Amino acid sequence: MPKNSKSKNDNEGKRDFLIISTYAMAGIGAASVAWPLIDQMNPAADTLALASTEVDLSSLEEGQAITVTWRGKPVFVRHRTPEEIKQAKEVSLDEMRHPETDEERVPNEKFIVLVGVCTHLGCVPLGQKSGDVKGQYGGWFCPCHGSHYDHSGRIRKGPAPTNLEVPSYKFLSDNIIKIG
Amino acid sequence: MIKRSSYFFSYNILKLCLSLVVICSSNFSFAAGEKISYPQLNWSFSGILGTFDRASQQRGLQVYKEVCSGCHGMRLLAYRNLKSIGYNDDEIKAFAAENSVNTINDDGEVVERPARPSDKFVSPYPNDKAARAANGGAYPPDLSLIIKARPDGANYLHALLTGYVDAPAEKKVPDGMYYNKYYSGNLIGMPQPLYDDGVEYADGTKATPYQMAKDVTAFLAWASEPEMEDRKRLGISVMLFLLLLSALSYFAMKQIWAPIKKQ
Amino acid sequence: MSKSKFKNPVVKWIDHRLPVFSFMDHELNHYPTPKNLNYFWNFGSLAGFALVTMIITGIVLSMNYTAHVDYAFDSVERIMRDVNHGWLIRYIHMNGASFFFIVVYIHIFRGLYYGSYKAPRELLWILGVLILLLMMATAFMGYVLPWGQMSFWGATVITNLFSAIPLVGESIVTWLWGGFSVDNSTLNRFFSLHFVLPFVIVGVVILHLIALHRFGSNNPIGIDVKGTQDTVPFSPYYTIKDLFGLSVFLSFFAAAVFFFPNFMGHPDNYIEANPMVTPAHIVPEWYFLPFYAILRAIPDKLGGVLFMFGAIAVLFILPWLDRSPVRSSQFRPIFKIFFWILLFDCILLGYLGAMPAEGIYVILSRIATAYYFFHFLILFPLLPYIEKTKPLPISISEPILGGGSAASAFAMREKK
Repeated sequence: MPKNSKSKNDNEGKRDFLIISTYAMAGIGAASVAWPLIDQMNPAADTLALASTEVDLSSLEEGQAITVTWRGKPVFVRHRTPEEIKQAKEVSLDEMRHPETDEERVPNEKFIVLVGVCTHLGCVPLGQKSGDVKGQYGGWFCPCHGSHYDHSGRIRKGPAPTNLEVPSYKFLSDNIIKIG
Repeated sequence: MIKRSSYFFSYNILKLCLSLVVICSSNFSFAAGEKISYPQLNWSFSGILGTFDRASQQRGLQVYKEVCSGCHGMRLLAYRNLKSIGYNDDEIKAFAAENSVNTINDDGEVVERPARPSDKFVSPYPNDKAARAANGGAYPPDLSLIIKARPDGANYLHALLTGYVDAPAEKKVPDGMYYNKYYSGNLIGMPQPLYDDGVEYADGTKATPYQMAKDVTAFLAWASEPEMEDRKRLGISVMLFLLLLSALSYFAMKQIWAPIKKQ
Repeated sequence: MSKSKFKNPVVKWIDHRLPVFSFMDHELNHYPTPKNLNYFWNFGSLAGFALVTMIITGIVLSMNYTAHVDYAFDSVERIMRDVNHGWLIRYIHMNGASFFFIVVYIHIFRGLYYGSYKAPRELLWILGVLILLLMMATAFMGYVLPWGQMSFWGATVITNLFSAIPLVGESIVTWLWGGFSVDNSTLNRFFSLHFVLPFVIVGVVILHLIALHRFGSNNPIGIDVKGTQDTVPFSPYYTIKDLFGLSVFLSFFAAAVFFFPNFMGHPDNYIEANPMVTPAHIVPEWYFLPFYAILRAIPDKLGGVLFMFGAIAVLFILPWLDRSPVRSSQFRPIFKIFFWILLFDCILLGYLGAMPAEGIYVILSRIATAYYFFHFLILFPLLPYIEKTKPLPISISEPILGGGSAASAFAMREKK
C-alpha cells in the first residue's frame, strides 16, 4: 500500500512536470515573438546608413558658420576667430554650470562642431547667421527660453542644464570632417 | 462506429488538402503563360538549407556591372547591401564612387556628387521614358526583384540569357527584335547579352555564357531576397521549437485527458 | 456569490466592482464543453489566433508603410530589406491571410458537416458568415496595398464589379475610386478601411462568442448536452488541446513563412503597378477563386455579380433552408455523400477560377455553379423528405462510454 501510493505520487510529479514545461515552453515562444515586433521600431538599415555625414570646410572663412544636417538634426560648424578662441580658452570654469575646458570640446581649435539643439527642450539656438542674436557670451542664444552659450558652446546663462552636445566626429583631412 | 467515420472524415480531408496543393501548384506553372519548359538547374540557394555562393555572387555582380547595367537598373538595392555578399567598407565605397548622383548645392543648382554606400544603385536612365526611348520602345525592366517577379525566376532567367538561337526559317524576326527560344512569343527586344569571355573573371573562372548567366542569376536571386539566408536559418530553429512544443503539448494533452478517456 | 473565489485581494477588490475576472473564469475556465469534440473543433480558436496575429503584424507594418502610389511599392520593399525583422513581419502578414482563410474554410465546412448552423445556433452561424464577408473585404483591400501589378488590376476588376448594379453602380465605383480610375485616392481609402475593418471583425467575433456561449459548442454527434456527465470544463481539457492544435498549425504556418513565403502569392505582384499594362493572366488570391469562377460562369455582367454574392447570401439563410432536425452528418447517410460532393464542387470551382475563361473550363464552371446553388436551394430543403436518418444516441456519454459514471471530470479538477 505505501509503495503503491509512492509510485502514484511519482506519476503525479511527472505529470505536473510535463504539463508545466509545456506551458512554460509556450510562454517562452510567445515572449520571443515580442522581440521582432519591438525591434522593428529601432532605426532601420537605411536610416543607420545615413548616420554619418562628411563635411568639406575648405570654403568656410574665418568667422563664418555653416549648418549641416546629421541624423535629422542641425549640426553647427563655426570657424572661430583668434579672438573667440582666446575668450573660450581663458574663461574660468568656476562660474560654469557644466564645467568643461575648451580643449575637451574642440580638438581642432579653429573649427567648433556642435549639435545645434538646445539641451533645455530641444529648440535650435540662434547664432549661425551673421545677423543672428548671439547672446551675452557671443556664442549662441536659444530664443525659446533664453539660454546663452559661449564660443565653446557651453551654457553660461539660462535654463539649459548642460553644454551643447559635441557629436563624435573626426578630421579625415585638414578640411574634411566626418560626423558620426 | 462513430470513431471510424470520423477517421474516414479526417482521411478525406487530408486527401482533399493534398489535391488542393497539387491544384495550386499547377496554377503557378500555368501562370507562366504558354508552356515553355526550360532546364532546371541546381542552385546553391534552393532547398530549405540552401545558401548563396559568395564567389558566384561576386562574379555575378561583375557581369551585372559590365553587361547588364548599361540598360537595366537595380533601384531597390543600395551599395551598402554589397557587404552581405562579402565586400568590405572600402571596396563598397570605391564601387559606389564610380557612379554619380544628382544633388542640389547651397546655391540651388543641380550638381553631381560621387555616390555613397548609402545610395541606391544608380539607374542607367533618369526615368522610364528615357529608358524606352533609348531602347526602341522596349523597357528594360529593373532587376532588383526580377527573380521573385517571374515564375521559377532563377531557372527562367538563366534559360532566357542562354536561349538565343538562330530563328527557324519560317519565323520572321523584325528589325530590333531577337529570337529567343525561351521567351514567351520567342521575339525579345534585348539583344543577346552574353558571349564567350564577355567579362574577365578575376578568379580565373572561364567566362562562358552559361557560367556568366549562372553567376548573374545567383547575384540577382540574392538581390530579390537579401533576407533569404537569415530567413532559412531562423526558420530551422523555429521549426525545431514548434515540433518540440507540438510533441510536448501532445503528451501533456494525453496526460490531462487520460482520466476522461478511461471512464 | 457572497464568498469570492479569488484569493488575491487586488483581484477580489476589482472583481467585486467590475466582475471581469468572474466573467473570464466562467467563460474560459469553467465553461462546460462537450467532451467528445474532435480536432475539427480546434479551428475556431485557430481562427481567433489568426485574427490576432493579423492585427498585431498589421499594426506593426502600418508603422512602416506609406500609402501613396509613388511610395507604396518601395515602402513595402523597404520593410523587406531595411526594417529590422521587417521581412519576417511582412511574410507572416502575407501568409497569415492565406492561413486565416484555410482555417476559416475548414471551420465553415465543419459547421456544414455537423449541422452546427441549426437551431438554436442560427445567429451564431449568421454572425460567422458576416465575419467571412468582412474578412473578404479586408483581404481584398489589403492585397491592393503593396501596389504591385496584381494589386492594381485586382482592384480595378473587383471595383468594376459594382458598376453592374443598375442606376447607382457607376456612382458607387466612382466613390470607391475617388477619381476616374484606381489611383492614389483609392489606395488611401483602401488603406484606411483595411486598417479599421479588422477591428469591426473583432467586434463581430465577440458577438459570435457570446452567441456560442449561450448554448455551448455543438459536437460530432450533434445531440444536445444532457448534463455535466457530457461535458468537461474548458480548462485544462480544451486549453491544452487548443495549445496542441496551435502548435501543429504554427508548424505548417512557419514552414510557409520561412521556406515557401511566396508560394501562395503571385510573381506579378513583385512588379510595380502599371496602369498602362494588364498582366496576361490575372487571377485573384486563391481564397477568392471559387467565387471568381461563379462570377465568370454567368455570361452576363449583372448576373455574374448577383450569383457571386448569392453564393454567400445562401449561407445566411442556410439555417432555414435545411429542414432536417438531425444535425450531424453521421446520422444522415445521404446528406453525408452530398457533403463530400459539395466540398469537391467548391474545390473544383477554385480550380476553374484559376483557369482561363474559355472552352471546357466555362462549361465546367457553369455545371459546378449550378450544383452549388442546387445543393443549397433544392437539396437542403428537400432532402429531409427523402432521407431516412439513423437512430440518434440518447446522450453524448452513452455511445462511447456505455453509461455515465462521469461527473468526475469536474471532480478531478476540484481535487487539484
